[in-house]
Amino acid sequence: MPHFLSDGQRRILAAACCRLVPADDDPDATELGAADYIDGLLGAFLVDPPRIWAGGPFSGRFGGEASFASFHRLAAQDELAWRTRIEGSRGIPERERLGPVVGLQEQYTEGLAALGEDFPNIPAEQQDLRLRSVGPFLSVLLEHVCEGLYAAPEYGGNRDLMGWRSIGYLGDVQPRGYSDDEVSGE
Amino acid sequence: MTARDFHTIIVGSGPGGATAADELTRAGRSVVIFERGHNYLIDSSHPHDLMQVFSNDELKYTFRHFLGPDPWLEPRTFRRTESDGDRLLVGEVNNLPATVGGGSVHADGKLYRFREDDFRMLTELGPAPDANVADWPLTYDDLEPYYATAERLIGVAGLATANPLAAWRSGPYPMPPGPPMYGSLLTSAAADRLGYHPYPAPSGVNSVLYDERPACNNCGFCADFGCPIHAKGGPGPALRRALRTGRADLRADAFVSRILVNGGRATGVEWIDAHGATHQELADEIVVAAGAMETPRLLLLSGFANPNIGRNLMFHMQTFAFGEVPYQLHGHKGRSVTHVHDDHIIVDDLARKAAQCSGLPWVKGGLVEHIAPSKVIAEAKLYPWGHEHRRHMRRSPMREHFLGFCMHGEDLPQGKNRVDLDPCIRDFRGIPVARTTYEPHPHEIVASEHHGDRLTSILREAGAVNLIVATSPTTTGELTSAHADISVVPSSRHIAGTARMGRNPRTSVCDEWGRLWEAPNVLVADSSLFPTISGYGPTLTLVALAIRNVDAFLGRPPLRVARESAGSPTVALAPPRPPADPIRDREAAR
Repeated sequence: MPHFLSDGQRRILAAACCRLVPADDDPDATELGAADYIDGLLGAFLVDPPRIWAGGPFSGRFGGEASFASFHRLAAQDELAWRTRIEGSRGIPERERLGPVVGLQEQYTEGLAALGEDFPNIPAEQQDLRLRSVGPFLSVLLEHVCEGLYAAPEYGGNRDLMGWRSIGYLGDVQPRGYSDDEVSGE
Repeated sequence: MTARDFHTIIVGSGPGGATAADELTRAGRSVVIFERGHNYLIDSSHPHDLMQVFSNDELKYTFRHFLGPDPWLEPRTFRRTESDGDRLLVGEVNNLPATVGGGSVHADGKLYRFREDDFRMLTELGPAPDANVADWPLTYDDLEPYYATAERLIGVAGLATANPLAAWRSGPYPMPPGPPMYGSLLTSAAADRLGYHPYPAPSGVNSVLYDERPACNNCGFCADFGCPIHAKGGPGPALRRALRTGRADLRADAFVSRILVNGGRATGVEWIDAHGATHQELADEIVVAAGAMETPRLLLLSGFANPNIGRNLMFHMQTFAFGEVPYQLHGHKGRSVTHVHDDHIIVDDLARKAAQCSGLPWVKGGLVEHIAPSKVIAEAKLYPWGHEHRRHMRRSPMREHFLGFCMHGEDLPQGKNRVDLDPCIRDFRGIPVARTTYEPHPHEIVASEHHGDRLTSILREAGAVNLIVATSPTTTGELTSAHADISVVPSSRHIAGTARMGRNPRTSVCDEWGRLWEAPNVLVADSSLFPTISGYGPTLTLVALAIRNVDAFLGRPPLRVARESAGSPTVALAPPRPPADPIRDREAAR
């Protein structure tokens, strides 16, 4: 999988994800693939088709032919929207119809820089203080960590389904579904 | 006049447009259906099978706008009142999907009939201050046969005898209800003990094989998701029947930007294709079924001047009540909602007393759905980071421990609540977007407070603690949150009233048959027509109304079922007949 972030940025991101959802009986968010997911989102357009909308109807995990990994091709306007979100508007007129957009790539580049190159090596309490000092970037990061833990693994996170398994959730269950007893019983 | 390729142009492929296409093609007319969104629903070539594209994918449907509209490409704008300035927000405003199949693709398919009283609210309850309360220009009895047809065509599962507060019906539901969800059994039992009348939610979700589509297998990805196995009826079957006649053309990624009018009649439309090129299509008549926000937008873009266009916009004021129980509920297994009760719709003495204390003549609640949150990413985003995050997720209060209700409180029609064209903001095609100006009437706020208390008492009876009540729109809260669910911007996904039908052209946009007063060969076929919204979801009523109005448009006499002859509903109706298949028929004739 091609990377958007540099090795140094990846180390900072990995350390940050570990603080947002640390290890307990199960591994931390980075080990569960959250940082991979985020790098995959930032580099969605480094692959073709872009890693935006996974395919369907079935993942193959509960029967049927596996098709989630065949991502949808994007229509021109959908590519415009997602490139604008991820890359930012960069002064391109068609991306600035509603005003300039700071892309996720720039938000991460600046957010990780604000956490500091030494972030992976400082004590956990100091890491938490730094995370609290980076403003809105923290909520962006937390949202993406949640997606990286609990979205379908085809998006790059939820490694070996450990995100779902760690909370006792089966994820997509088509075409098997659940039995009537599983729905109505205790 | 220039030649035209189709008798009828239909704008929108949701439940209204698909129904119109089905009825018109069955009557021998040719139609072209324009849909601004992508097509993931139905194969464009014969035999027009339903496509296998939808999936159990929370990220794509809930956070990545897969069904459209992308709120950056096609935003709407919002303000509460004119005093907020031009707008408070640009982005998502109670969006319904922009995709072939429209709002029915994402809905979990609860398909309710209104009650008799809902068609004559002014007569039954009388006026309310600063509201345009009105009777419908038709009665429940007029619509009943069309409700029955709609239930059969879509495929509705329900139990006709289960709701003592329901309107009369000429027959049973075509299918029995599906399996009840565990949590809903608990809330239903508690509601029943307190004298309410819970019953299995009538659902356009198959409980048995019906109309070539399988029974639902309870995957839990229901509300907000396309159904991977097409157990949800929705507009797919209607579009399939229309296309199989050989007289329908479905054009996805095709946005109608203007209705062309000449001498009080529509002559065609201007539309924009996927590459941004503008074209014209001519026809004898136009059906507008773009939804109650996009329909008035199109009428205004077309230069129609009736001052009622866009006004009397109604959403439901949703009141959510949640409480926590210690045992596990597994709300992610099943059809999202399997039980409901109607009692809060009845204006009883307690509701009248609550109204009088606030200087209102009456307050009316709405249908209550017994709900079960099911989404894990959405739940994860609620919790603070750190060690407790996964502790919360393992225990999962949302999926496993929350009993909940959502009341769809009836909204009163107000002239100042409206859709118009935003003076500055344009979509990616360069077309002015719909602006919503909306603030709840005191009626909705008083009703929400009154019935919210009653809902929490049911939860208490069910053994729940840590009770919470919230509303959408909020009455005091933030403009918007990251998830836009709890905000002053409503998120009911039920929208109505912006091209209301009536007998007086000074107070309505369409006549009693859904035709535009300004151009009678334009038929509106969505919930824009509703003079009042009732406390029920709008879909089944807008489909029944579309069948009735298209029938009238075709010059057919109205269907009639006498209430006395209706009898007790015991015999199930057959599924819809397979439509005529011109290709197969031709081959058989050889």
